[in-house]
Amino acid sequence: MDTIHACFKEKIGEVLLPGDVFSFRLPESGDGSIKTEKTICGPGLRRNGEEVQVCKSGILRHKQPNMYWIDSQQRRYVPAKGESVIGIVTAKSGDIFKVDVGGSEQASLSYLAFEGATKRNRPNVQVGDLVYGQFTIANKDMEPELVCIDSCGRANGMGVFGADGLLFKVSLGLVRRLLVPQSEIIKDLEKIFPFELVVGMNGRVWVKAKTVQQTLIVTNLLETCENMTSQQRQTLFKRVADGCL
Amino acid sequence: MAKDGAAKLSKNLLRMKFMQRGLDAEAKKQLDEEEKRIISDEHWFLDLPELKAKENYIIEERSYVPCEDLVYGRMSFRGFNPEVEKLMLLMNTHKEEEDEEEDDNVSRMETDITDEEMARRYESLVESMRKKFAKKRNRSTITKSEADVNCNDADNQPKKVFLKPQD
Repeated sequence: MDTIHACFKEKIGEVLLPGDVFSFRLPESGDGSIKTEKTICGPGLRRNGEEVQVCKSGILRHKQPNMYWIDSQQRRYVPAKGESVIGIVTAKSGDIFKVDVGGSEQASLSYLAFEGATKRNRPNVQVGDLVYGQFTIANKDMEPELVCIDSCGRANGMGVFGADGLLFKVSLGLVRRLLVPQSEIIKDLEKIFPFELVVGMNGRVWVKAKTVQQTLIVTNLLETCENMTSQQRQTLFKRVADGCL
Repeated sequence: MAKDGAAKLSKNLLRMKFMQRGLDAEAKKQLDEEEKRIISDEHWFLDLPELKAKENYIIEERSYVPCEDLVYGRMSFRGFNPEVEKLMLLMNTHKEEEDEEEDDNVSRMETDITDEEMARRYESLVESMRKKFAKKRNRSTITKSEADVNCNDADNQPKKVFLKPQD
């Protein structure tokens, strides 16, 4: 689909507004010789019949070979299938737990969706616990569902975590910056002192360090990283590192 | 029961198996065709033009994770939580392996013994197993040919086979 890619390529790196449309004509179905490739529209882009419409304002990004998405900022999380999030257990009703993930609805988490859980052997989850899980169902028509195991039945680090530590909320853009491979913020933070971090795609971050003071320092650093350029961030981190050690 | 010449049997009765044994092939075919016509008349179908399912070339993806290749969310630094550090390695190399499936990158596992020791061990193992299952006559020949690097059989005596009497 050279026509689509051509339309998109012009706009990579540009700011787009909701309502912008990329349209193209499909080749006649009689032409078997033309090989059509699939284009993947990421978040912020929506398919509308044969057109692709922009539904969020932001910058168009591209990844080889055929993935396009809009890079935008927001604080409100919308559940999406396959994402790992931190949830807070709010209620226990019968066979499921109700978990608050920061979306419009509470997600449900079945008690069998933990590693090694059977009907007799219930997991030890109380109201107010933090769980790290993945969405199996997350669309606008149904209540989202979380699980704490993967498709093979292993936990892979999901489940209840964190006896101590601090949970706080950041914007979704910062979360993505933290989770990018070779993230600079993470590399700078590593140098200061040892700590543990759990990042949920719903904007929630949990931090635990050796002392309460260190935990608070890390929290404040992460919250301020939001609005700083990398230069400012590095000078700040250096100052903290010198001050600590 | 009034008989009007040939008894008037109903169609359903005629369609039963035991009534059709006496029929010849043509009559059977006609009956079959009639049945098909009846069935196709009664068969309900939508009177719409044939709609081909359009193959979608545009796939919608709602999550940022595949777009930006985000890493696993649990992290631990400088040995704060060794289990989480192990998990990090596991999940992130798992992701890298999926990306590099096309290149043949065989990750080297940590070994306790070197490859050479392993090869030597296997050599002697193969030797001893061969001796164990060799016939008594051949056992002495196996031990003899150790020193020779190329294992040439020139010095060894030819294998003793049964010589048929020529009478």
